[in-house]
Amino acid sequence: MNRFERVQISEQSPEVRSHNFEEVCLGYTEEEAVAEAKRCLQCKNPQCVTKCPVSINIPEFIHEIAEGNFGKAAKILAKYTALPAVCGRVCPQEVQCESKCVLGNKGDAVAIGKLERFAADWGRDHDVEVAEAKESNGHKVAVIGSGPAGITCAGDLAKEGYDVTIYEALHKPGGVLVYGIPEFRLPKDTVVKHEIRNLKKLGVKIKTNVIVGRTVTIDDLFDKGKYDAVFVGSGAGLPKFMGIPGENYNGVFSANEFLTRNNLMKAYEDGYDTPIKVGSKVAVVGGGNVAMDAARTAKRLGAEVWIVYRRSEEELPARVEEVHHAKEEGINFELLTNPTEIIGDEKGWVKGIKCVRMELGEPDKSGRRRPIPVKGSEFEFDVDTVIMALGTSPNPLIPSTTEGLEVDKKKCLVADEQGQTSKEGVFAGGDAVTGAATVILAMGAGKEAAAAIDKYING
Amino acid sequence: MYKIVKKENLSTNIFSMDVLAPLVAQSAQPGQFVIVIADEKGERVPLTICDYDKEKGTVTIVAQSIGCSTKKMAQFNEGEYFHDFVGPLGQPSEYVNEDINELKKKKVLFVAGGVGTAPVYPQARWFHEKGIDVDVIIGAKTKDLIILEDKMRKVAGNLYIATDDGSYGFKGMIPSLIEDLVVNQGKKYDLIVCIGPMIMMKFVCIMTKKLGIKTIVSMNPIMVDGTGMCGACRITVGDETKFACVDGPEFDGHLVDFDEALRRQAQYKNEEAEKNGEHVCTCHKGGAN
Ligand SMILES: Cc1cc2nc3c(=O)[nH]c(=O)nc-3n(C[C@H](O)[C@H](O)[C@H](O)COP(=O)(O)OP(=O)(O)OC[C@H]3O[C@@H](n4cnc5c(N)ncnc54)[C@H](O)[C@@H]3O)c2cc1C
Ligand SMILES: Cc1cc2nc3c(=O)[nH]c(=O)nc-3n(C[C@H](O)[C@H](O)[C@H](O)COP(=O)(O)OP(=O)(O)OC[C@H]3O[C@@H](n4cnc5c(N)ncnc54)[C@H](O)[C@@H]3O)c2cc1C
Ligand code: SF4
Ligand code: SF4
Ligand code: FES
Repeated sequence: MNRFERVQISEQSPEVRSHNFEEVCLGYTEEEAVAEAKRCLQCKNPQCVTKCPVSINIPEFIHEIAEGNFGKAAKILAKYTALPAVCGRVCPQEVQCESKCVLGNKGDAVAIGKLERFAADWGRDHDVEVAEAKESNGHKVAVIGSGPAGITCAGDLAKEGYDVTIYEALHKPGGVLVYGIPEFRLPKDTVVKHEIRNLKKLGVKIKTNVIVGRTVTIDDLFDKGKYDAVFVGSGAGLPKFMGIPGENYNGVFSANEFLTRNNLMKAYEDGYDTPIKVGSKVAVVGGGNVAMDAARTAKRLGAEVWIVYRRSEEELPARVEEVHHAKEEGINFELLTNPTEIIGDEKGWVKGIKCVRMELGEPDKSGRRRPIPVKGSEFEFDVDTVIMALGTSPNPLIPSTTEGLEVDKKKCLVADEQGQTSKEGVFAGGDAVTGAATVILAMGAGKEAAAAIDKYING
Repeated sequence: MYKIVKKENLSTNIFSMDVLAPLVAQSAQPGQFVIVIADEKGERVPLTICDYDKEKGTVTIVAQSIGCSTKKMAQFNEGEYFHDFVGPLGQPSEYVNEDINELKKKKVLFVAGGVGTAPVYPQARWFHEKGIDVDVIIGAKTKDLIILEDKMRKVAGNLYIATDDGSYGFKGMIPSLIEDLVVNQGKKYDLIVCIGPMIMMKFVCIMTKKLGIKTIVSMNPIMVDGTGMCGACRITVGDETKFACVDGPEFDGHLVDFDEALRRQAQYKNEEAEKNGEHVCTCHKGGAN
């Protein structure tokens, strides 16, 4: 075995998978996992851990895999994370844990994410009991939103003996894991449902179809619900549009609409009532995970797809693996390109998109080189669908219906490192505080807030 | 699961249901709506809150079966359950928060088209209970489609009926009736509230703009989540794009771009027709027939 070479993982071939919604990556077999785990040097001072937002003891769980103790590995993971099977699949590992793996200096970093996924899947398939709750301490906490932040916060508090109820606006729990990230990256019935089931096993109650700010308010939760504290993990669900002409033509959708129809409402499956529209030529505007997911979904529904992104490949914010998979599946990339107008036919349906070429100038505030339009480079191409994947911002509903809950200029809830907001007893974390970020950061915030809530209630 | 405690057929294809949803009933206000998912595979269907009973914990919805989802809902009976029922969504009607004495000075006309009569009824009743009599127009294609006439008569000042075919009441479209009332009969209105099919609201607004009477419409674009998350419901009001589910559903009708809204409402027409088992040629993309 070559220590510097990663054990290959099997995937559905691009030709096959671009026609189905089954998971792309098939995961390691036991033998493969052991072989990959054995590559880990078990560093005394493991740098990988420093880049994991929830500080998973990486060498420890990998060691157990190397020894064939898969159940033990799953239990170790459970000490740090409520969603290992999710993070192992969707964390941007290349800029997190794996970016600091010493093996990366000379060859391939250890496939930490893939091993994490392996252990978590093994634990699920073999019914490894990973968590138990302490006896009830009689205190009630309400959690708003059932995405990664809410799930983590609720799980941690339930383990400490709190009586936790999650209030979720949609009809299914899971947040972005259910409505945003597609089945082919994160299977819902196996992975996500299992994580929710674990939560319920800990005694967490989940009330769907409750929109906080409409159905009930935060003040109702304190006054009528007699909760001791509230955690807000309501995410950043509001889609942005570009504000260019033609954006309201038929055939222009937000990625949220497109993905929600497909994932949450299962429009791609026979027998479900929600329709979805995908033309024959689709432009997806944006370069993040959301854009890749929308593009690959459109491809699977039968369209020819272009990603239109204003910077270059290097700046694509999506996970490297998703970009790679998208290319393999035949998604076209129009980089350094920005739409300026959407063109409609006489009946108001999209028939094309007008773009301008861009070049990169000086770095901007984000440290990335700023794209500048190239004069005279305008061009048009024919598409019949445009999907806007330009990012999202937090929903103003909760702050606008809760007295004393501060937001910043970007409409994000103001909270300190521990999740404490400007209102007593109200904590917040995840995308609602940071703006659109990642699953693992939302989980980290949920964890911090759970500890702070425990301290707030129990002193 | 949300129990249907009462069901009533108001006409051949319009039904009314009281659904047990105490949290929704508790917070509901006139002008707001709910989203109903009939069964596990159902879509999210927005429906105006027609009435609510905070004590019984019920919310009344009235729907017209026009397509796959509303036909499915129509098959549910008393004692059965809807899979999901969420709300109240959207902003309450503006007048709910207005000073009663100011309101008393205004002459209000409610204009209800077809199934839109159902949400107008509790609004007219709300005014009636406050000692204000509003005039009401109920319009429909034909006599059989007029609903809630008797109930409405009890709470309205003057009640006018219009049918396109003249089978009952005024013969002709609602805008002509409004013109007749204002121009020929000398009625004066400070405010018109119009709820009904989009195309009817469009023509009512063209008329009331001409007559110079402020008009509020209740927009019913395509929606998915109803909470501001998808943008499917976006409409143009004045120069701005608004999300009808959170900014509305009620808007100043004279500022709404109805042509765009009508076009957007037909966006899934082919897909819907397919689900309804009709054949629609989709070889020409967008075949907005
Ligand atoms: C398409 C897509 C792909 C992504 N891919 C990746 C990836 O590969 N890797 C990665 O790390 N991250 C990815 N992300 C980002 C990641 O999913 C989010 O950062 C993460 O889900 C944030 O978690 P959260 O718990 O803060 O919020 P969410 O997951 O957004 O959950 C918030 C929940 O709160 C509910 N809610 C909102 N308002 C209310 C209210 N008023 N009352 C009750 N409930 C409410 C919402 O319905 C939702 O269920 C992706 C995001 C999207 C959209
Ligand atoms: C805020 C709001 C409040 C509403 N209140 C009521 C109500 O109280 N009672 C009621 O009966 N309906 C109401 N509607 C309309 C109702 O939601 C639609 O009739 C329903 O979604 C149609 O679903 P379907 O599958 O039965 O028909 P579909 O098969 O989806 O549609 C059948 C035909 O109707 C058109 N259509 C699609 N969506 C709508 C729409 N939103 N409005 C009108 N036509 C549409 C389509 O173009 C298609 O040709 C409301 C809509 C909104 C947004
Ligand atoms: S949770 Fe994410 S960052 Fe942490 S070890 Fe797992 S894959 Fe790496
Ligand atoms: S840095 Fe790499 S080799 Fe070292 S412990 Fe972490 S995963 Fe193993
Ligand atoms: S229905 Fe989704 S934003 Fe209004």
